[in-house]
Amino acid sequence: MEETHPSTPHRPPIGRATIVRVLGLGLVASALGIGLGFLIPWFPPAAATQAHTIDTLYYVLIIVTVPIFVLVTSVVLLSAWKWRMRPGEERLDGPPIHGNTQLEVIWTALPAALIAALVVYAAIVLHDIGVKKPNTITIGVTGQQWEWRFTYPGYHDAQGKPIVALQLYLPDNRPVNFRIHSVDVIHTFWVPAFRLQEDAVPGITTGFRATPDRLGSYPIICTQLCGYGHTTMRTTLHIVTASAFNTWLAEHGYSGAETASVRTGGAVRSLAARDWTAYAPIGGTHTATKEGSQ
Amino acid sequence: MIARLRAPGLHRGILATPLGIGLAYAIVLIIRAASGFGHVVDGTAILQVAMITTPFAFLIGLGAFDYWFYWAIGRPTRPEDHSGHGARTWKDYFRINTDHKVIGVQYVVHSFAYFMIAGLFAMLMRVQLAQPGGKFVDANTYNGLFSVHATLMIFLFVIPVFAGLANFVLPLMIGAPDMAFPRLNALSFWLLPVAGLMLLGSFFAPGGSFASGWTAYAPLSTTAPIGQAFFTLGVQFAGASSIATALNFLVTIITMRAPGMSFFRMPLLVWANFSTSLLVVIATPFIAASQFFVLLDRGLGFNFFNAGQGGNVLLYQNVFWFYSHPAVYIMMLPGFGIISEVIAVKARKPIFGYRMMAFSLLAIVVLGFTVWAHHMFTSGMPGWIRDPMMITTAIIAVPTGVKIFSWLATLWRGVLHMDTPMLWAMGFITMFTLGGISGVMLAMVPFDLHVSKTYFIVAHIHYVLFGGSVFTIFAGVYYWFPKMTGRMYDERLGRWHFWTTLVFFNLTFAPMHIIGIQGMPRRVADYALQFATWNLLISFASWALGLSTLIFVYNMIVSWRGGPKAVANPWRALTLEWQVSSPPPIFNFDSMPTVVGGPYEYGVPGAVHAVFRDGADVPAPAGALAMATKE
Repeated sequence: MEETHPSTPHRPPIGRATIVRVLGLGLVASALGIGLGFLIPWFPPAAATQAHTIDTLYYVLIIVTVPIFVLVTSVVLLSAWKWRMRPGEERLDGPPIHGNTQLEVIWTALPAALIAALVVYAAIVLHDIGVKKPNTITIGVTGQQWEWRFTYPGYHDAQGKPIVALQLYLPDNRPVNFRIHSVDVIHTFWVPAFRLQEDAVPGITTGFRATPDRLGSYPIICTQLCGYGHTTMRTTLHIVTASAFNTWLAEHGYSGAETASVRTGGAVRSLAARDWTAYAPIGGTHTATKEGSQ
Repeated sequence: MIARLRAPGLHRGILATPLGIGLAYAIVLIIRAASGFGHVVDGTAILQVAMITTPFAFLIGLGAFDYWFYWAIGRPTRPEDHSGHGARTWKDYFRINTDHKVIGVQYVVHSFAYFMIAGLFAMLMRVQLAQPGGKFVDANTYNGLFSVHATLMIFLFVIPVFAGLANFVLPLMIGAPDMAFPRLNALSFWLLPVAGLMLLGSFFAPGGSFASGWTAYAPLSTTAPIGQAFFTLGVQFAGASSIATALNFLVTIITMRAPGMSFFRMPLLVWANFSTSLLVVIATPFIAASQFFVLLDRGLGFNFFNAGQGGNVLLYQNVFWFYSHPAVYIMMLPGFGIISEVIAVKARKPIFGYRMMAFSLLAIVVLGFTVWAHHMFTSGMPGWIRDPMMITTAIIAVPTGVKIFSWLATLWRGVLHMDTPMLWAMGFITMFTLGGISGVMLAMVPFDLHVSKTYFIVAHIHYVLFGGSVFTIFAGVYYWFPKMTGRMYDERLGRWHFWTTLVFFNLTFAPMHIIGIQGMPRRVADYALQFATWNLLISFASWALGLSTLIFVYNMIVSWRGGPKAVANPWRALTLEWQVSSPPPIFNFDSMPTVVGGPYEYGVPGAVHAVFRDGADVPAPAGALAMATKE
């Protein structure tokens, strides 16, 4: 389509040297951008096998997307630098290039292929983090304005009722299947250390699976706006060793273990047992303490 | 005196308003008495009915329905003497006016008023969040602030300001004397002040304003205090305005193009608004439905979303997002159109790949309807839906990418006039790319499982809606300011506005990506200590961002009053709106244009887009004209 006309001299095509220089700069900028993407402390501590897989996905996305942003920005900056109107060019027009089918096919097909690859990868990750594993412990999670309640259906007290707690205790290295409910409005059960969240929806049971793999205490946060107290609807997850978990169960009335402290079971359900440090200042427990570490 | 009071106008609208309230009282009293309720006067019931009757009373008083009423009851309609057309004094902007140019200005000015109000709410939110343990407002007020902020920005700013710019420009661009339905056009505009005042008025409701977010998820919204009803009904009026305008655009574009203006000779702004209008007429009824569900749940106990009574909570989200995802494109496609106009003219080059640009708009329209459940990846919906929604969501990046690359190729080897509209356009390309990138990241379900409902989402939507939509709106307002007002704006202030906004926009929203991934949820009035430094920085940047808007407002007001007079075509553009005087004649074209070529033939020697019948030009295809000048 390009045509030249003696009375309207168009901008010359860009020189090969400039292209090479800009490409070089773009590569350097991409490398720096990706480097920065790896230096920024994006994630909170990871405390589940699922979290590592999801973090890796994110860093792959950084590697793939930074060069795209650099490409777009480079062309904008290059155009502004190279082809800005200079004095005396007020009546000048650009070359009447209407398109280039080959180029258009390339910039449709290449991103499509890239995106297809990412989708396949993400779908595999999605499948992997949800795989059922043997020896899974099921835990009931109930959201209620504005607190979380955790039930341990596999662990009954002397009265035959499942153990209930306001903070979540999980044994290390044991897969968990969360069954999530709500008794009033929608809440979201988010464990940033697991990189996983799912809504607690009145009327249905939702859930996800996670395998804790790091001892410590981590925040549990409601991310779905649920009314006045939404901001403070938080509690704490404690990942403890298997033996510490058994001790905790026993202390809270699990009849299958030592019976010495069965009587304290009721206390857990009372508000007195609630760890108020989890509320003020909120997230104060965020720094992972190596509880029960060995 | 009586005759003057009876004449349509703002005064009659205000006089009619108490009648609407009285009607609401009467309806509620009669129905409650007839139903045998002991407690006949129920304030909540009256308020909800009044929010339906009062707007209609106001609009009827204003005169929005006069012509149709006269026609319906068989009285002679006043002949179309064009008395309601055009503006001779400022007062003509405060009445029912059928001139699309007046309505366009009404829309734009009204929308920017709400932009300032909603922006102020955002700055107040940042006061609360400047330090952890903020005591500036209580949690309920805070929830109200961000709910009203988002609702006003979406329904009273971005969507209507695009409708306003298109209202002014689009009929001119296709060579039409006005929109297809001028009276409907006037009604569409006047529904907006109704919606806006209703949403703002919710702050005066007992129990505070609506505070369940702009998403108003049930059952939080169905059990909230009466302030929620202001949202439920206010959105209906904004939505009705949207639908009517979209129908108007569709009929105007399909039936009122000038001779020779084939679909593939239309400027891309027209294509963009054609696509947007298709989205609006199909999708907007769904948000109307979702809010009617809530209204019936609240007012009459229908239990649509009451799980204990067989209701389905997820139904709300499906219906809501079936509108509200396409709404994202309703808020972006007109901006794509503006950028195409600005970049072609300011780079002095034809749009690269014009047809692909048009087709990619249509592709986005179709794909836009297939991705709604990506807002529900963590909602507890059946797990299998995640994979198909991830695929469609990722695919929609392809037509969007095509548009970005086409704009870049249009810049390539152009002669770039780097003035204010062009700066906004180039800023848009880079900022929107960032929003697109975080969008592709969010499409990846496993990553979304972590950052859904965190500040990462807040960052993403502001890169798309501020770095995207708002940047295009500024580009468009500066670009068409000479045409709309007949004055030139101050170029130096325009540049200051751009650079301050670009810097503080990034300082405000870029850190939100980090604190979101690190674990700060959105919609909270307080946060953990570890986020204190970032939040303080964000707060300062957001106040500076808000102040940068004052440069724009000052520039617009001062330039409109006393800027240098604008010539008809200051940008040497080819599209039709620039071929008439600034501002355009009252019926747009003194002689009918005939379109003879594409809209962006920059650099083609002697090319014209259209010729006027009594002009010196001879209608001929662009190529033939190029040949003719060579000889």
